Formats: sequence, C-alpha cells, structure tokens
Amino acid sequence: MSPEHEASAPEHEIAIQLLGVNKWFGAFHVLRDINLSIARKERVVVCGPSGSGKSTMIRCINRLEEHQQGRIIVDGIELTNDLKNIEAIRREVGMVFQSFNLFPHLTVLENLTLAPRWVRKMPRKQAEEIARHFLERVRIPEQADKYPGQLSGGQQQRVAIARALCMQPKIMLFDEPTSALDPEMVKEVLDTMVELAEEGMTMVCVTHEMGFARQVADMVVFMADGEIVEMAPPEVFFTNPKEQRTRTFLSQILH
Amino acid sequence: MASQGNQQQLPSGILWLRENLFPNWWNALLTVVVVWLLVELVWRLADWVILDAVWGAVDPEGLVPYDEQWRLLLSAAVVVGLVIVTMVRLARGSALAAVWAVGAVFIAVIMWDMVASIETNASPEACRAPEAGACWAVIGDKYRFILFGRYPFDEQWRPLLAMVIFIGLIVFSCLKLAWKPWLALVWAGGLVVCAGLMYGGFWGMRFVNTELWGGLPLTLILSVVSCVLAFPLAIALALGRRSDMPIVRAICVGFIELIRGVPLITVLFMASVMLPLFLPSGVTIDKVLRALVGITLFAAAYLAEVVRGGLQAMPRGQYEAADALGLTYWQKMATVILPQALRSVIPPLVNSFISTFKDTSLVVIISLTDLLLAAKVSTADPLWRPYFVEIYVFVAVIYFIFCFSMSRYSQWLERDLARGQRRDARQKVAVMARSGPEGGGA
Repeated sequence: MSPEHEASAPEHEIAIQLLGVNKWFGAFHVLRDINLSIARKERVVVCGPSGSGKSTMIRCINRLEEHQQGRIIVDGIELTNDLKNIEAIRREVGMVFQSFNLFPHLTVLENLTLAPRWVRKMPRKQAEEIARHFLERVRIPEQADKYPGQLSGGQQQRVAIARALCMQPKIMLFDEPTSALDPEMVKEVLDTMVELAEEGMTMVCVTHEMGFARQVADMVVFMADGEIVEMAPPEVFFTNPKEQRTRTFLSQILH
Repeated sequence: MASQGNQQQLPSGILWLRENLFPNWWNALLTVVVVWLLVELVWRLADWVILDAVWGAVDPEGLVPYDEQWRLLLSAAVVVGLVIVTMVRLARGSALAAVWAVGAVFIAVIMWDMVASIETNASPEACRAPEAGACWAVIGDKYRFILFGRYPFDEQWRPLLAMVIFIGLIVFSCLKLAWKPWLALVWAGGLVVCAGLMYGGFWGMRFVNTELWGGLPLTLILSVVSCVLAFPLAIALALGRRSDMPIVRAICVGFIELIRGVPLITVLFMASVMLPLFLPSGVTIDKVLRALVGITLFAAAYLAEVVRGGLQAMPRGQYEAADALGLTYWQKMATVILPQALRSVIPPLVNSFISTFKDTSLVVIISLTDLLLAAKVSTADPLWRPYFVEIYVFVAVIYFIFCFSMSRYSQWLERDLARGQRRDARQKVAVMARSGPEGGGA
C-alpha cells in the first residue's frame, strides 16, 4: 500500500485550472476574472487581506461554493452542475478547514474510515489499516479511539488532515488551517503540512503563515478585492514584489 | 475559620440540613410549615388510597382486615425505601432498575393473596360504608373490561399475550445492543405474531374482528405503531422541507402545514367518516387501520418539525466536511447529519411521542374502545356509579407508568449518548480526584 501521491496519470500535467472565473454573492463581486493554473506536485500558497476572496476561490475548486462564470477543471474533469463530476472531483480533492469540522459523534478512527468505507467502498479492515497509517504519520496513533472533543486543537487539526489523506486524494486544499489554533499548536500542524509538501502532494493553501510559504511554496498567489494581484515564486514574492498592494500587505504582516 | 472548623465536625447529613433547610429563622419556619403540609397531605392520601380503602370483600366490613394490614404497610415501606434509594442515588442506572424490579416483585408477592381475593368477592356493598376510603373493589370488578374492552372474555389471554410481546419488543428496542438492522426483522416478526394473536382465526383461536379490539392493547397498538411509522416519515418530510427541489419542498411544506393546522379529531374524523365516501362501494378499510393512518400522519407532521429543528441547528461545517469527503447526499445524511441532529432533539422527540401516546385517547370520537373509553364505559355500571374516581385513577396510573418510563428512558439515552464525547466529563473526574483529599484537609 503506497498512500503517497504518485503521478500515475501523466496525461494531464495540470492539476487545477481556473479560467476566467467570476463569482458574486448577491451584488458583491467576490471573484473577478480569476485565471490560475496549478501543475501536479505544485505547492501554491494563497495569501491576501481578509475579504479578498481567497477562501472563496479554493472552496470553488471542490464546489463548496458555486462559480457563476468561467471554467474550473480539476484533475482533467470540468466542474459543472453534473453531480457525477462534482462527486468525482471531491473524491480526488481533500480539504482541511479552519475550524477542523471533525464529526464529533464519531471516534477519531471512525472519522478517518467513514469516507473510505462509504465512498471508496473499502472493507472495514483495510480502511482501518490506512487510517492507522495516517494517524502514525500525523503522530497521534494513540488517540484513535478518542472522540474529537477530547483532543487539543492542534491534535484535532492533524486528525482532520489525516481524515482528508485517508481518501488518498491527488490534491489537498487547506483553508486557513492554523488560524483557529492557539499559537503553541500552530507548529505541530505546520510540520505535518511541510512533510506532506515534501512528499510531493499537490497543495493549495490559504494561509498567513509566511514562514511556511517561504519554506515549501513553489508559487505564492496574492489576492486582493477578489482578483489575483500578483503571482510569483516565494524568493521573488518576498524580496521583490512588483505591485504596490503586495508591498503594503507584506509590510503589514512581516514587520 | 472557627465556624468552618465547627461545621466539619458535624455529620454531612446534618450539615446539609442546616445549609439547605434551616439557614435562617424564616427559612426554618417555612421548612416546618411545608413539611407539616406534606405530612398531612400524604397521610390523608394514604388514608384514602390504602388504610380505609375497600379492596374487595376480604372481610364483611369491606375494609382491609386487621391481620392483613401488615401487607399494606410493608408494601408502603418498600416503596418509601425505593424512593429514598433513588433520591440519595445509592444505586444508579441498571442497578437502580434492578432494585426497583426486585421491589416490585416483592410487593407483588406479599400483595398477591389479598388482590387475588378481590376479583372473586368484589361487591359494592362495602364501599357504601361511611368511613370507607377508596373503593378499589371496583377495579377488581372492572379491570378486565378496562384493560381489554369488548374483546371476547374467554379469549382475553390473547390480547394479554400480544401486549406482553409488544411491551417486550419496545423494551428490547430500547437497549443499545438491539440497534442493528435486524431489529426491523424482529419487529416485523413480533407484529405478525401480535396481529395473529389479536385476529385469531386459526389453531382453534376464534376470529376476532378489530371492531371488538379495545383497552390497553388497542392504545398500545395505535400509539406505538403510529410512532414507529411516523418517525421515518417525519425524517423524510424534514429533509424534503429543506430540499433544493421546489416541488418536493412544496409538497412537504404543504403536508406539514395542512396537518398541523387542524386538530387531531378532524384528521381522525376525515379518516373514518369522509374517506369511506370516496371509496367505491363495497370497499371498506378497517377502522383501526384508518385511525392508525390518521394518527401516523398527524404525528409525522409534528415530528417532522422537531427533526427540522435538529437539522437547522447543525453547524454548516459538518455539511461541508461531509461534502468535501465526497459523500453523497444520502450518505452524508445517514452517517453525519442525522445521527447528530436527532440526538440533539431527543427531548422534544420524546415529548412528541408522549403526547401522541396520550392523543390516541381521541379515537373515542370514532368509537374505538381504547383504554380511556373502556374506563369511561365501565363507570356507567349503576352498581358502581359513585366510584368513577377510582377507575380514572387506575387509568391515570397506567398512562403515567408508560409516559414516565418514556421520559426517564430519554434522559438516560441523552446522557448515555453524550458519554465519552464530552471533554469535561473525564477532566472533571480527574480534577475532583486530585483536589479531593486537599479540599477535605483545608
């Protein structure tokens, strides 16, 4: 069993493609002409001031939000209103939320095996083996039989990462995974994410952790007011940003 | 500090009394007055219910004979003991249930001779005595009719057995170990056996039409079967009401609002009087079945709103997490949303079940002889006419036993389902264990 991501399908080297994506919440234009192309094994960090539409953008990728204009192609499948496509994409895209969203009525192990058993139709034993493997990877194998409410925030978020990984997704989306954590727990979650990045997972991560961006990102995307303002590799992004808005933002969070 | 040290030497019981009942002079006065009122009330009640009661023609006076009264006093003492054990929490959970069961069996045994004599010797004469209290002899005379209605007298072992099986099924379903898919099969089998017993018509059992069904078995059948059927229907209605599909939503909203907008009596009337008018002549639907459908639809509309409340209270993140994992709508509902949503609405759900159980007494208006109507009919006997209070008390006790059991079960279920998931539960115990000896020494 090799849960690590392997590019078994080289026919589409592009993992995620957003073409001219627009979205409105009522009259509020939340995403403006988003064009973004993410290659396999690429790690992209999305940052920007709050309300800039970065969370909305990555939530469009697995259709937690619906876009109104443009095209989104994930893993070679176009995101349309066809439920089959949506479910196919969701099977291949794991997501980690700001507020963990673990299932409080299930034990950690049940949280991890739920989707593999129901969606992948995996036998219970196999699902539990995989679950224990990933709990080992996020370094909390001893918490398997506890309920989420009995874990610390950092542990819960690591369980949430393990839960997404149990579906053996090709792409992982992180929506501000450390924003709801106490400061002393941020590191344990980031460490887990760094390991995952080093193994070659395709990752899109909305975060304000610039250290993480410097360390693992292939590309940093800066968004403001619903558009992508600047997109650059971290060494360029942090040292020599082109746009004034980027410079203002960086000066605000990096002092 | 001095007073603290002083208090610690007193036994904790006296300390508790002083803190809670006699903290100052006017509270102490209040305590004394209330206790006196309670004692007075209990004494008078006991007088009427037990000591002066006529239990049947056990002796010519009708009162409980002197050398038999120990049975009553011992039983009362056991009940008081059980209440105390419950209140001071000497035993809990299943241990408490076991203690009560043992107590009940004990009382049954010591009371048996006396109660057994009631049925054979019941006569209203003794109740007419001026000093007589409650006339329980009337129950002895009427209980067969109250419990089984017009069901043929010689065949009443059949509804009794059906009822025992039925209650057994309910109790069994309350156990967590029974919460498996095969429970549906157990119910199907149990209901077939019950129906077979009630209808008869084979193996030498006389066929008994539903027209003759009545009493407690009828009340149980109407309430339990309609609740069991209404529950899944209610979940479907609640999901439908929150559906994205406009037609499904409209149908569900329309149904719920229509049914909730009219009284149950109207629904029963429609089911029993109006429905046959629309059926082709010659086609008849059984009256009990019609009542069952009416109550089911009515209960479903109310339960649906309770379930919807639970669904709406679910955080959006739970839906999103399930979606993001690729679960389909039905998988998401069955594994993530409903288990949590239903658990959060156990109290109002049980509230609805209890009120449905009592609402079944409204089938009197379509002249089904349920427990309450059977009781009412038995008060019409001119011989026993003055003693209708006793009959209604008897019926009230039966209703109470069922409703109170439901209420207790739901409280237990709530606690049990929450166990292990609360972070604070274990920590509290740990904190208490740690601070216990220090707290005592301070």
